[in-house]
Amino acid sequence: MLIEFFFCLRKHGLKTSITELLDLLNALEQQVVFADIEAFYYLARLTLVKDESQFDRFDRAFADYFEGVEQVDLAEAIPEDWLRRSMQRQLTEEDKAKLQALGGLDELLKTFQERMKEQQERHQGGNKWIGTGGTSPFGAYGYNPEGIRIGQDGSNARRAVKVWDKREFRDLDTDGELNNRTMQLALRKLRKFARSGSADELDLDETIRATSKKAGLLDLKWRPERHNAVKVLLLFDVGGSMDDFIYECQQLFAAARSEFKHLEFFYFHNCVYEEVWQSNERRFSEKTPTRELINRYGRDYKLIFVGDATMGPYEIAYPGGSVEHWNEEPGAVWMRRLLNHFDSAVWLNPQPREHWRWHHSIDMMHELMSARMYPMSLDGISDAITTLLRKSATTAPVS
Amino acid sequence: MQFSSTSNYIVADELALAVQAAVTLEKPLLLKGEPGTGKTKLAEELAASLEVPLLRWQIKSTSKAQQGLYEYDAVSRLRDSQLGSDKVHDIANYIKPGKLWQAFTASERPVLLIDEIDKADIEFPNDLLHELDQMAFHVYETGEQISAKHRPIVVITSNNEKELPDAFLRRCFFHYINFPDAETLAKIVDVHHPTIQRDLLETALEVFFDVRKLPNIKKKPSTSELIDWLKLLLVEDIGVKDLKESNGLMPMFGALLKNEQDVQLVEKLAFMSRRRER
Repeated sequence: MLIEFFFCLRKHGLKTSITELLDLLNALEQQVVFADIEAFYYLARLTLVKDESQFDRFDRAFADYFEGVEQVDLAEAIPEDWLRRSMQRQLTEEDKAKLQALGGLDELLKTFQERMKEQQERHQGGNKWIGTGGTSPFGAYGYNPEGIRIGQDGSNARRAVKVWDKREFRDLDTDGELNNRTMQLALRKLRKFARSGSADELDLDETIRATSKKAGLLDLKWRPERHNAVKVLLLFDVGGSMDDFIYECQQLFAAARSEFKHLEFFYFHNCVYEEVWQSNERRFSEKTPTRELINRYGRDYKLIFVGDATMGPYEIAYPGGSVEHWNEEPGAVWMRRLLNHFDSAVWLNPQPREHWRWHHSIDMMHELMSARMYPMSLDGISDAITTLLRKSATTAPVS
Repeated sequence: MQFSSTSNYIVADELALAVQAAVTLEKPLLLKGEPGTGKTKLAEELAASLEVPLLRWQIKSTSKAQQGLYEYDAVSRLRDSQLGSDKVHDIANYIKPGKLWQAFTASERPVLLIDEIDKADIEFPNDLLHELDQMAFHVYETGEQISAKHRPIVVITSNNEKELPDAFLRRCFFHYINFPDAETLAKIVDVHHPTIQRDLLETALEVFFDVRKLPNIKKKPSTSELIDWLKLLLVEDIGVKDLKESNGLMPMFGALLKNEQDVQLVEKLAFMSRRRER
């Protein structure tokens, strides 16, 4: 039962498992819902989909599957009389005559879907489009004997709109290969536990030792809890060509932020020069000299650059090469200063690796970083972290 | 069991169905949705409508799964041993049951609310997998096996700050509370402020949905904020006219807009629309 439906969901890219299918069947067996396709839709979504960003896929799969089923199974399984009778109960004689106007119920639904596809904007009045107040069969607060009501609150049993066709979760669908959780799990590898901070955990071993030293007089010993002691300095490239990757960067940032206690971040544009900034809105008034980064943060900070490194080669190699201001020293000099100070550093590049060779500036940056540039994919992040944790990777490039 | 809207809480049909399915099949129900859409309130209302006790386990960033099961108070035991108390011979005296334990051993089937599970460490949900699945756990100190007399109705809420592991999700039913439409919202307001005038409510809702629709708004106002705002409007006796003719910010905007930048944004837009009218 519902095996085809299950495979249809999987075909649409939902990661539904067998246990979840069994849950759904179990719910049906217990008659949580009965012979109500809308309720069934909600029940199936409740049991099979566990992430609102997948709702849209589910809606599409559901429509896909039930379009087929309605034509084949239901039409044969349900006597036509039933349908007609329940329709007729709600219609007056006059209405029934008009019912033929658009060719009956099946036709109505089909037309509805077609118009849904045709129509792009909200509509009011008129007699064709889906909207409010008109005489079109589709819409709310209007009059048409065989109309489909949309978004108008009426008795649920009769509400004709098919919720899954509205696809209201479209905005939430993300192709979440690199989602927050997987990114966090990747970043977790960078954890290094150390006991620091206030002592609030009972150290039982130490207490027993101390107590027995005092001949049984209780002497409590405390120790700090284990915390992640890794310190991270993130430098983000913003603006220009990075606009395409804002989403990925936000994800990385959100993941990193909740994972590390010692996380400092700064922004730069294209390449690091003498100044970086922390707030994009006040970037021209509140800047931090790059030299201060070197002085303020110890060499044990893990330095992570995030940027696409796509720019003119002169922006790295020449004084005055920056697109925004006159820089006294070339970006490459500042890069080397940073890399000399911090023991471990990597560059994460949201550009796919295949595109790297098309940009000369990426080559240059890659060389500056002594090949420690990684794509911003899960594997890339894992590799980057391995590099960050390796002590031997500390040799900075010779300038 | 039929869970439906009460005199002070409006339940959408699909949410009622979700609750019913979770209760019937004894599965934890995971609720997500914008803050202020009544996720926590649902558990309270469910407990009230079933007339069973509600056990609330509020999760914080330092919460551990173990705290929900039980805690062993070694310090009091050590201290008691110094004082020569008889209690000290039985370790069970120093085991403090956590919320899950209390839920498992309650005399009637309670509602257990695990609130804001996303606040905890990323491994937290994994540590609860077995306990929520089997509704049983082992007490290491006493060798006792605690298993549920009646499987409690578990409601879990999340604000989506962290994503939850797949294995955990598979064991739950999931419902995303959508933001209510204007009509449902009017019903919700009606429950909270039955005396509000029809036209004031309509204008207020219009303003409210306009604000929600603004692009780039940092913090969208939610249902609970709307209700607070209306309360202020009523207390301050602000009429429809004032609301319609307020140039710039709406009166009592502090209840709706919680972010300095949002206030500026609304002000700017209002200024621009005024200029256009001239």
